[in-house]
Amino acid sequence: MSKFRKKGSKGQPAISTAALPDIVFMLLFFFMVTTTMRETTLKVENKIPFATEIEKLERKSLVSYIYIGKPIKELQPVFGTAPRIQLNDAFKTKEDIFQFVEMERDERDEAERNLITWSLKVDQKTEMGIVTEVKQELRQANALKINYSTKKTDKILN
Amino acid sequence: MAKREISEINAGSMADIAFLLLIFFLVTTTMDTDTGLIRKLPPPPEDLPEPPPPIKQRNIFEILVNANDQLLVEGEYMQITELREKAKEFIKSDVGNPNMPEFKEEQIDGLGLYPVSKQIISLQNDNGTSYDMYIKVQNELVGAYNELRNEFAQQKFGKTYQELVQQAGASESAEQQLDAVKKVYPQRISEAEPKKVGGTN
Repeated sequence: MSKFRKKGSKGQPAISTAALPDIVFMLLFFFMVTTTMRETTLKVENKIPFATEIEKLERKSLVSYIYIGKPIKELQPVFGTAPRIQLNDAFKTKEDIFQFVEMERDERDEAERNLITWSLKVDQKTEMGIVTEVKQELRQANALKINYSTKKTDKILN
Repeated sequence: MAKREISEINAGSMADIAFLLLIFFLVTTTMDTDTGLIRKLPPPPEDLPEPPPPIKQRNIFEILVNANDQLLVEGEYMQITELREKAKEFIKSDVGNPNMPEFKEEQIDGLGLYPVSKQIISLQNDNGTSYDMYIKVQNELVGAYNELRNEFAQQKFGKTYQELVQQAGASESAEQQLDAVKKVYPQRISEAEPKKVGGTN
């Protein structure tokens, strides 16, 4: 027992924090690798539905997003609660989709213009009316490859 | 020259800098991987000047969804959980059953002449149908096709459909098999323009 007492009397040495930066850097690199930059600020409520038969979108650079849903709480006094379409950072109407498609195409290389996937991120509670209108506009603009954004689940509940 | 002692650089604030960077990345990035149901829209209507050929009623699997998210499948009220089985039964079809889709012999690489059912799934929803319900129906239909393709792939090639999809990029035989499976059970989901099919909202 006396052995332990001797040690204790010397006082505890400070815990070395030399490895702390390494740990934090490790975390940092993890997040840098696994995440992607946030490109738009969501102005609509966006709780996307669940599905079981999902596929992963392969090339992020070839995906363009269209958000549909009702405006978020902070914007409801101004924009109301009717579902709206958000393209990039602003509320748009369905007439703007054609132009949006053209602009997104211009940003890509010529060879890849037909490979763009149009990802529809639609809130669960939205009614199909507005979604169908958007789909018709996409058809008119010849943007035919679409993706209904959904999350993975194991079982569909009634 | 006298050897000068180089004092060690104080690395104590390194952690702070790293934390700062870490927090910056945590805030500005998102982690959501993008997944979803991939669909192809039909080309714009101008491309189809002539009316499409008439399709026999027995080849059409009719699904209606109303504004109250209720399903009417082939004239019967149905729960979403039953849809997959029913759709599978229809897509698979049955030789000699006059209520099930007809078969057409088609030349398929690797299989030769193979009877492919002339099934078409027609989906019509109301303007008031919720997107959630719409996705559920789409999901069940895609699921029905995937399950059938899976069964067929296992029976014919001893591989699951998923495996074929994964191997298709790497090996040519897998690609041919995948094509064959897709040709035996082609995904034919036709979406009609929505109209008011009932149900007040």
